This record gives sequence, C-alpha cells and structure tokens, in this order.
Amino acid sequence: MDAIMLQEKLVERLLCPRVRTARQKEKQYVGFATLPNQVHRKSVKKGFDFTLMVAGESGMGKSTLVNSLFLTDLYKDRKLLNAEERINQTVEIIKHTVDIEEKGVKLKLTIVDTPGFGDAVNNNECWKPITDYIDQQFEQYFRDESGLNRKNIQDNRVHCCLYFIPPFGHGLRPVDVEFMKALHEKVNIIPLIAKADCLTPNEIKKLKDRIREEIDKFGIKVYQFPECDSDEDEEFKQLDKELKECTPFAVIGSNTVVEARGQRVRGRLYPWGIVEVENQSHCDFVKLRNMLIRSHMHDLKDVTCDVHYENYRAQCIQEMTSKLAQDNRMESPIPILPLSTPDADTEKLIKMKDEELKRMQEMLNKMQQQMHDKDQ
Amino acid sequence: LSSGSEVSLSHSNMSESAKPHHPSPQGKGEKSHGGDFSYVGIDAILEQMRRKAMKQGFELNLMVVGQSGLGKSTLMNTLFKSKVSRNKSVQSNPEERIPKTVEIKSISHDIEEKGVRMKLTVIDTPGFGDQINNENCWQPIMKFINDQYEAYLQEEININRKKRIPDSRVHCCIYFIPPTGHCLRPLDVEFMRRLSKVVNIVPVIAKADTLTLEERDSFKQTIREELRANGIDVYPQKEFDEDAEDRMINDKIREMIPFAVVGSDQEYQVNGKRLLGRKTKWGTIEVENIAHCEFAYLRDLLIRTHMQNIKDITGSIHYETYRVRRLNESNGHLESLLGSLPVKRATVFW
Repeated sequence: MDAIMLQEKLVERLLCPRVRTARQKEKQYVGFATLPNQVHRKSVKKGFDFTLMVAGESGMGKSTLVNSLFLTDLYKDRKLLNAEERINQTVEIIKHTVDIEEKGVKLKLTIVDTPGFGDAVNNNECWKPITDYIDQQFEQYFRDESGLNRKNIQDNRVHCCLYFIPPFGHGLRPVDVEFMKALHEKVNIIPLIAKADCLTPNEIKKLKDRIREEIDKFGIKVYQFPECDSDEDEEFKQLDKELKECTPFAVIGSNTVVEARGQRVRGRLYPWGIVEVENQSHCDFVKLRNMLIRSHMHDLKDVTCDVHYENYRAQCIQEMTSKLAQDNRMESPIPILPLSTPDADTEKLIKMKDEELKRMQEMLNKMQQQMHDKDQ
Repeated sequence: LSSGSEVSLSHSNMSESAKPHHPSPQGKGEKSHGGDFSYVGIDAILEQMRRKAMKQGFELNLMVVGQSGLGKSTLMNTLFKSKVSRNKSVQSNPEERIPKTVEIKSISHDIEEKGVRMKLTVIDTPGFGDQINNENCWQPIMKFINDQYEAYLQEEININRKKRIPDSRVHCCIYFIPPTGHCLRPLDVEFMRRLSKVVNIVPVIAKADTLTLEERDSFKQTIREELRANGIDVYPQKEFDEDAEDRMINDKIREMIPFAVVGSDQEYQVNGKRLLGRKTKWGTIEVENIAHCEFAYLRDLLIRTHMQNIKDITGSIHYETYRVRRLNESNGHLESLLGSLPVKRATVFW
C-alpha cells in the first residue's frame, strides 16, 4: 500500500475519535463520547507548545534540518564564527522561538541550539552546559509547580533532543557515546544520521545496524516509540514496525527548491543528480517529520513529563529530605558558637521556608501514597 | 605486490613523454641534418638519467591524516588503483576501532608501471582527532616525521655511508578536512599550523559528494582565507617557486586547493563505460570526472606532475631545516654527533 496513505491513516487515527460500531449505537446515548472532541476544541484554542533541542558538531546541517522540518527560517541573522574565533569558544545555549499556525492549530515552537558542542580540540565534558540547562528547566518547573500561583506556568522543559551523528565515521564515536549517556535519563534522545546524501544505500544500512548495535551495547536509552495496541489493524502495525526498524533516521535537509522530474521539490542539486528531501527512497526526512510532528509529538511531551521530569523531581525531593534529616540530626549536639539572635525579617523568612518544607513533605507523602495506590 | 595500471608517471624536470626513445649518440633526428658540427649530444644525458632512474626505481612516502571514516584508505587505493592501504578488520565497537592514542602504521608496496618501479609507503595515523580530548594528538605525528629526518641524518653523517640512503622521510602529508561546509575546525588549524613547518601538507576536502558546487566553492574560499590568516603554508608553498613558469603553474593550483575529493574502489557502468564511482539513488558520482569532483586534479598533482617536486622540497628544504637545527643544537657536542671521526673528515663535512 502507498506509504503516504498509510501515514495519513496514522494521523487520522490519532486526531479523530473512532467511529462507533453499529452495536454501540443501539445502547442509550449518554453523550460523553464527545469528550475527546471537547478536549480537542479546548486544546486548539489554547494552542500547543513544544521545545526541541538540536545537538551535534557544527556543520552537520542542524539548522537546515530544523528549517526544513518546520518550513521556517529561524537562522536568518546567524553569524558563523571562523576557525580562530572557535578556538576559544565554549558551548552556548541559544533559544529561538517561533509561533506556527496551521489549520487553526497554534504551535509555539522553541528550538534550543547548542553551538560549540564538540567543536573544540578538547571536548571533555562539553555536554555539561547542556545537562545543566535541562536541569535548570526542570528545576524552574518544579518551583513553579510547587508554588502558590499556578495559573500561568511556562513549560520550558525540553521535550526532545535531536542528536546529529556524522555520517563519516564507522559508528558511534566516544563523544557520541558520552553525550547520549549523560542525557538519556533527562531528555528523549532521537539520534539521527546527518548529511546522509554522502552515503550509498548499502553504507546507510551498515551504519544504521552498527549504531543500533552500539546503542544496545553501551546501554543508551534512546526514545522508544510506544508499542502498538493489540487491537490496531495490520497495516498500522506494519507501518509502526517499519518506522522502528528505520532508526536511526538518515536525514538530509534543504531549503532550496529545485526542479526534478518536472516538479518543483525541495532538494539539493549536484552535477550527478538531484537529491529530493521528501522522497522516501532518498532519505528518512519524511519519516522523521511525520514521527516528530504528526504522530509522536504528544507522546514525546508525555514521556518528558511522566518519566524524565518525575525522575528529576523524585531525585530532588530525596536530596532535600535527606538534607533535612541531616540537619535535624545536627541540632542535638550542643552548639559551639553562640547563636546570634535573628532579627524580625530573618525570622519571617525562616518561618516561610519552614512552611514550604512542610508543604513539600506533604506532597512527597501524597505522591508516595499515589504510587502505593497504583501498585494495588 | 606489483600492479600494472594506466597511470603514466612523468618527471617534472625531464622530458614530458613517457615513451622510451632509442638512445643514440647522434641525438634527436631533427637536429642531425648533414654535418653534425654544431651538435655535441649533451641532451643524451637525459636519457641516461632516465635509464638509471628506471633501474633504481623511485620511493614515495605519503602520510594520511584525518579523523576515522573520512575515506583515507579508500582514497589511497583509488589514487594508486590497488589496495595500498592497511588491512582493517571489521571492528565491532568504538573501543576496538579507535585506538586511545594516535598510532603510526606504515605499509609499503612495490608497484610497477611501464617498466618504472616505485616503492610506495602509505603511513596511516589511526586515532587522530577521534578522542573526546584531542589535545596534542599531533605530537606522535610530529615525532614520527622528525624521527625519519633523524634516521636520514644519521645515515648521512656516517663514515661508511650507503650509496643510496634509504629514504623513509615523509614526502607529503595529505590532511583530510571533513566536509562541514562552514570553516576549518580548531583541530585542523592547530595541526596544519604546526606541521606545515616540517612537511609538505596537501589539504583535501574529504567525502565531497555531500557538498553542492556552490557550497564547495564557498567552503574552499573560507578555508583558503583561514589558512592565510593563520600563516599556514600548504603545498605548493609560494616561497619555493623556482621561476616565473613555476609560479604560474603553482598559482593556478593554489587557486584550487583544497581539492574536493571523492574516492571509490568500485566500478559501475556509466554510458557504456566502466568507471570508478559511487552509486546512489539519485545518480552515480564518477570519481575521475572533473565535473563531479576534483580527484583527478589531486592525482595529477601528486603523481603525474609534482611528485618529484614534492620529494625535492622535502629533501632540500624541510630536511635541510631539520639538519641545520640539529647540527646547531649539538654544536657543543660535535663529537657525540660525528662519532670519533678524523679531523680531516670533519673539515670536509663542514
């Protein structure tokens, strides 16, 4: 069956409620089956947000790919550093935000760029600014969530990280392994083979197999597509299987339009032929776009909230409570230094902090209770 | 291992044609009309040199430097149309594949073509630039190059030295730049800056089939500017141009470097001919087609036109620089360097 048609079916399934069978229609109609529609309408009004991080050495085509994926030009005013300037460059974090609207649905897209990653001669711990950034977003969200006014919490957490692996090597390099291991428990990692137009189909297959092997071997947890429900039909399952076997996606990006086979397509013009970005036999760009935007965007956000953020939160709370326990223990020995009488302001601050801590404790207890209930 | 191929070698300071002509004291036909009073026959020496050189054979030592996976071995095999690179067994993971420090691996082959024999040594440098921390990864390479100069120097100052000192000096270092399309990386600048002072460096853009023609041109321009800005003199160096003719030829080359190359050891059928290339879903890249990539220019430079010049510059400039430095260093320890030589010999030497 045509690949494009299958993709459309996938999209349909996720956006529209299922058609009720005749049998169900016989029962008395209550009406809550419209709930998905109501949620749908409300979300459309509210709009969605999505934060995508791109990481990889410079010159891997990250900016071009992002522009190709979202059909924008986010990097108009970018100034590239020359070799001398790069010698003293450190890894930076740069955010670009763009509002995209399509068929009435609004998306606030944030792209987090990481220029300088892997470019220096000594790249030891070059991923530290990146892990720090991700943790900061989690911390910010944690604070907001625990705060008093929760009406307008801004979700800046990173939902997905596209990691660009150079196509020139024979598999993962040490820096690739270290980066992914540092981040796989903080963010959904989707590894990509960049600039795939320099590989023949055979070479792509070999490289993909090699990378998958090495990811397994090093215990790197990249983003896994959720399993199909058992009641899905065969074509859907087949499509899902193909998608999973295709990772890591070998991508090519382009913002220039060229003429190929009588049509205007986005591609790259070489003396020996034209690479069409949206041609599935040329590269996996379409698969990536469909997966990232059309079918799995919501799941990526869910996994970020339910798994990565919760891990961070649990860790954070654990640290806080263990610190509290330590502090409590320390109160019993006789203080050596005379305690200075605190003034009124500090007293108030201490009281506020105490209350906050008490609240944290309560929340922790509640969470533990919830987990306990779930297990039942 | 000897292989016959279609590449024809020529020497820059000898006659261009590779066809042997019959040596005769009378010299070339056109000149000897009637009385030979004006013709001495000095030009016959060219032929004598040629025969001697053919008997002796040539040596060429090429070093390839670049990150793993940039096609170094494939390019060497393509250049010499035979498997001259080291045999790499299929490694299963980065730990085995990428050595922890830069290694130097030399492989020599004797190749022959139209009666001309060459001992080709390809020096590979696995591990360069592959680590997370690549500081000083150029040191083992510098050391290797200097060690070869040292070995040659030791042979040269020997009392009983060989008639033909085996030449293991690195004649040319081909540096592979990844085709990012932006600019040189700090590692590239550091390496080339240091090594251009001791060896001829020929930078190439590896796996250039990922760049469109415009991207290629702008990338090359950026690289040339950055080489200039950092004072890096790559081959052919401007200061070693011998005369106006040389300069003209070399200027043209300097406008084109770094060459954007693609290598392949597989043949495909294109327009009824079997050509070396890479076959993709959108077309076949022909390695020797100059409309596709600049492999042919690189091959001509290294093998067909400038091979002897590269060796000359290594011998007469880079090696001499090393020699002067070494002799100046051990000025106070002349004896240690020359061993117990009679005074007479020492004077001749200086």
